[in-house]
Amino acid sequence: MDLQAIAFYLLAAITVASGLLVITARNPVHSVLFLILAFFTAAGLFVMLGAEFLAMLLVVVYVGAVAVLFLFVVMMLDVDFSQLREGFSRYLPIGMVVGGVLAIEMILVATTVANRGAASLNAAPANPDAALPNAEAIGRVLYTDYVYFFQAAGLVLLVAMIGAIVLTLRHRPGVRRQNIGNQVARTPESGMEIVQIKSGEGLSE
Amino acid sequence: MTIGLIHYLSVAAILFTIGVLGIFVNRKNIIVILMSIELILLAVNINLVAFSAYLHDVVGQIFAMFVLTVAAAEAAVGLAILVTFFRNRGDIAVDDASVMKG
Repeated sequence: MDLQAIAFYLLAAITVASGLLVITARNPVHSVLFLILAFFTAAGLFVMLGAEFLAMLLVVVYVGAVAVLFLFVVMMLDVDFSQLREGFSRYLPIGMVVGGVLAIEMILVATTVANRGAASLNAAPANPDAALPNAEAIGRVLYTDYVYFFQAAGLVLLVAMIGAIVLTLRHRPGVRRQNIGNQVARTPESGMEIVQIKSGEGLSE
Repeated sequence: MTIGLIHYLSVAAILFTIGVLGIFVNRKNIIVILMSIELILLAVNINLVAFSAYLHDVVGQIFAMFVLTVAAAEAAVGLAILVTFFRNRGDIAVDDASVMKG
């Protein structure tokens, strides 16, 4: 068994095991941490396939942004998570049956595709040294043939950002906020009042 | 034993199944459901990148990038909805999330 096979089986085993722990962990914070581990090892699989750019993207975008966002939300919500686990053992048998059938079917289809399909012509993944660097190869296709899709992806992210802000922004009643327009429009006449007080008398409001 | 396309496809299939199983067994916990969806999208990405590598065609990796974009957007909006729901109800049980039913 060569080094590549050892690396593959190690990464694959860690990915699958951490995926299982994501859905079975009692504490959702542990789930998020195992999700991070799954993404990280999947990035290792991407490197083995010669897709270094996507591997780095996975680490930066998922581990750095999405998983941390999950962690934020899990820690921010004050929820009794043990109560949310009820029904776990009730749905587990039917879930195992459906999942087992699904996995066997998909692996059978994948075996057929890998042995008979167009991909079976190439015995090895694309050699990163032979052609362009991976990032350059992606850039040459992404910014020419797929430039409109690239723009559309940016639009999707913009809409998601605006949506998330609109959903979570709230104005609490009774909170005094700074109104810069009022402050700038203030004049000495409107901000100050001169009262003549006779001596011996107080100022009664 | 050399590592071929079938090995990567099998890992992706198992990961996809784990994601589906996670949605089944954690019916009440919407945070874990969102994480299961992320696992499913990761499995899809592994498939796309594996085919891209073995077909010597970089377009699969571009598709994986778009999947990544949509997954990030989905996670952001999903978690925002979750926070709003928690703020209004004080709970995140999915069974109660039927107030918008017609």
